[in-house]
Amino acid sequence: MEWETVIGLEVHAQLLTKTKIFSGAPTQFGAEPNTQACAIDLGMPGVLPVLNATAVNMAIKFGLAVGATIQKESIFARKNYFYPDLPKGYQISQFELPVVSGGHLDITLEDGVTKRVNLTRAHLEEDAGKSLHEDFNGSSGIDLNRAGTPLLEIVSEPEMRSAREAIAYVKTLHTLVRYLGICDGNMQEGSLRCDVNVSVRPLGQTKFGTRAELKNINSFRFIERAIHYEVERQISILESGGSIIQETRLYDPDKNETRSMRSKEEANDYRYFPDPDLLPLRITEEMILQVSAQLPELPQQKRERFIKDYELSDYDANLLVSNQDLANFFEATVKASHHQPKLAVNWISSELLGALNKASLDITESPVSAETLGKLVLRIADHTISGKIAKTIFEALWQQAGDVDEIIEKRGLKQVTDTSAIETLIDQVITANPTQTAEYRAGKDRLFGYFVGQVMKASGGKFNPDQVNVILKQKLQG
Amino acid sequence: MHYKTIAQLANDLKNKVISSVELTQHFLQRIRQHDQKLNSFITLTEEAALITAKKADAARAQGFARPLTGIPLAHKDIFCTDGIKTSCGSKMLDKFIAPYDATVVQQFNQAGMVMLGKTNMDEFAMGSSNENSFYGPVKNPWHLDYVPGGSSGGSAAAVAAGFAPASTGTDTGGSIRQPAALCGITGLKPTYGRVSRYGMIAFASSLDQGGPFARTAEDVALLMNAMAGFDPKDSTSIDCPVPDYTATLNHPIKGLKIGLPKEYFSEGLNPAVQKLIQDAIKIYEAQGAIIKEVALPHTHLSGPAYYVLAPAECSSNLARYDGVRFGYRCENPVNLEDLYKRTRSEGFGMEVKRRILIGTYALSAGFYDAYYRKAQQIRRLIRDDFTQAFASVDVILSPTVPAPAFKCGEKAKDPLTMYLSDIYTIAVNLAGLPGLSLPAGFVDGLPIGMQLIGKLFDESTILNLGHCYQQHTDWHTRTPGGF
Repeated sequence: MEWETVIGLEVHAQLLTKTKIFSGAPTQFGAEPNTQACAIDLGMPGVLPVLNATAVNMAIKFGLAVGATIQKESIFARKNYFYPDLPKGYQISQFELPVVSGGHLDITLEDGVTKRVNLTRAHLEEDAGKSLHEDFNGSSGIDLNRAGTPLLEIVSEPEMRSAREAIAYVKTLHTLVRYLGICDGNMQEGSLRCDVNVSVRPLGQTKFGTRAELKNINSFRFIERAIHYEVERQISILESGGSIIQETRLYDPDKNETRSMRSKEEANDYRYFPDPDLLPLRITEEMILQVSAQLPELPQQKRERFIKDYELSDYDANLLVSNQDLANFFEATVKASHHQPKLAVNWISSELLGALNKASLDITESPVSAETLGKLVLRIADHTISGKIAKTIFEALWQQAGDVDEIIEKRGLKQVTDTSAIETLIDQVITANPTQTAEYRAGKDRLFGYFVGQVMKASGGKFNPDQVNVILKQKLQG
Repeated sequence: MHYKTIAQLANDLKNKVISSVELTQHFLQRIRQHDQKLNSFITLTEEAALITAKKADAARAQGFARPLTGIPLAHKDIFCTDGIKTSCGSKMLDKFIAPYDATVVQQFNQAGMVMLGKTNMDEFAMGSSNENSFYGPVKNPWHLDYVPGGSSGGSAAAVAAGFAPASTGTDTGGSIRQPAALCGITGLKPTYGRVSRYGMIAFASSLDQGGPFARTAEDVALLMNAMAGFDPKDSTSIDCPVPDYTATLNHPIKGLKIGLPKEYFSEGLNPAVQKLIQDAIKIYEAQGAIIKEVALPHTHLSGPAYYVLAPAECSSNLARYDGVRFGYRCENPVNLEDLYKRTRSEGFGMEVKRRILIGTYALSAGFYDAYYRKAQQIRRLIRDDFTQAFASVDVILSPTVPAPAFKCGEKAKDPLTMYLSDIYTIAVNLAGLPGLSLPAGFVDGLPIGMQLIGKLFDESTILNLGHCYQQHTDWHTRTPGGF
């Protein structure tokens, strides 16, 4: 039987506010345990929550960016359950009325096909602390630094049909929240966390199969692996006549497997009810307009602009837009190159990104600035240097050996465009290769490349390849 | 001296008849001497009190005295006090030293008042008799066999017995007004949102409201001037201007329309109480007030709604007492579940557990719509009843309690009968309105109270009426013997 995979995602994005969602304690990552938790985060008797307005603005920003409805009135609810790192015994979240409803994300798959994934909702909530089970001699330690960190939980409709689509969705979301400046997207630190709902059904069936919720997935790669493992697990159960039970499963990246955490029967009854400590969240048209005015150019708009203004391919546009810093770098390079977008993207995607990758550096840490790279591209474009020489110069720039023009000057790398010098050298090459010359003239055209190579080599890469081509062709024809 | 009002004591302080240190020493001495009989205090903060009193005297000498500077008061042990045990009447918090001051405590500190200590209360403010305290029951100063009311029984008894001229309380379903009535003093539950709840340990957040106890409406007005106001730390406190509550105390009441809800004057009301309330109405009539009957048709539903909503909220509010971070922890827990179960089984008393169970049930999957949601709908109907009534009257008048105090132990085994002692008070919490209880006479030697219910944020009018009543009666000047 052919099976169809159905995937829906719940992504928790940690919002980049300076302070917590309901208290004034700082949200910085990596501090000494329990140094960033105040009486409110500790759930001390008598404390009360006060909503962080910045977190609300960020939720609005997200809602606007995905074309969602910003609810004029939404409600904070208490999700009640006992856990040692949940200080109050309940998490303040949103249940019946979330701040953001609907919306959609357009995702682009590797083959260039785009697909629209609809969102169910996005709501604000507070994070819990962390339980530390090592180093306490059989007991557990509690770190409440993270307790009360604002989260935006973004829930998709179950509209993805493969791990690839799920990855593309999370990547698109990842790019978007970073563009919006509402989340740093750091998956290792848990700033962006995914719960994946997976089910399978016979192809053609409209009714959904029973789903499993996969937790604890903190990289793109693990999302893919966890889905693959889970889909196969479910199919093999169904094909052997079994049935899937609705449950929460934990993904173990070390063993690359998912295992049951709790079944539906064991699931907590969260006893949601409106939090009486917080009034309904009211969002005015004016607030929405204000946030709307701060919206940056969104990835999709930028992609369209790049394709139109710079005549980039879909592939190049996608590559650049996936990272806002990269896109900015590209535009600065293009500017410095006096508008050479194609050369610029080629240099960025091959030489620069390759080198950065090797050195494990982020684009913002590049030793070669966009201005410098732009200058290099400009010198290729105005024929001062050849592409080949440019690679040598790039290496020097990477070592921060100075300015582009300085290097060209100092090392005498300027391209030779003097026709007589080129002609002389070509004559020498033809003379030195009588056999090949004869074969070429007898019709063996593919030897032309051999001659070009010989000439360029002899010139030390300094001849203009276009000129070499033209003159060589004339000379070889005899 | 110890039965003087705040207004009188402030005058004495001003005229150097007495110093704040002397006054403080006097009250502390009385508490030490007599409180074994009443058990109204859980903690006495003698040293700190004398330091504050000394500062108050110094401030006065330098000309910085404000209306309440140097006046002693007691706080219900539900208000967090920095560095001082805050038990909420529970074994769960018997060893809990609060790390901060509640906003109300801060406000009275800033007003220069002197905290004598923390008063006894029903555990987590759940109760109407003060028999539910881990620290033992509080007795009624008018008769030691009788309850003082609850949950703010310690605060009410302390003022009635002349241990303090003022105290704070909290009122979720009548916990200020009912003990004020049963102890023969004046107590105000302000409008929900008028007084900050920050640092006031939560029982039922949408109903809880802090307020003052004192001998007179005038004193209550003075205390409200210090404690009312917007608090940015409490999202449910309301940012609207606070009037000077003393400024309107003497306004003529001629033409004010007073509504009598017919549902509150029906069966269940002790005839002797009814008679005293009728006497009070006559006084108002004589002063030119217009008396009208009003209807609050959903009154009979307020109890059922309250006993769903309050337990539901409490079941969630009390989840934090889990033995993990503060408060009581059971000995040698073998695992997490054991820690939770034994900590909470051993740390909470019976009434608290009963309400946590009721509330958990009411919120659980499959029952939410039938209980919690339904109760919220009823709450709206009750609020609408009052809105309707207030369209034709300025104030609603009723008894505070259907009968005087009952005997200790009499209702302890029967929670439903106990809950009935709040029938005239809980609707006011459900509607978020201000309610003032005034001493209105005695039945069999025990005080009873009259309740004045105001429009939202209109404490001034009920205080005005309360003050007027106290100009024409002397119930509030009566004191119990033996102290």
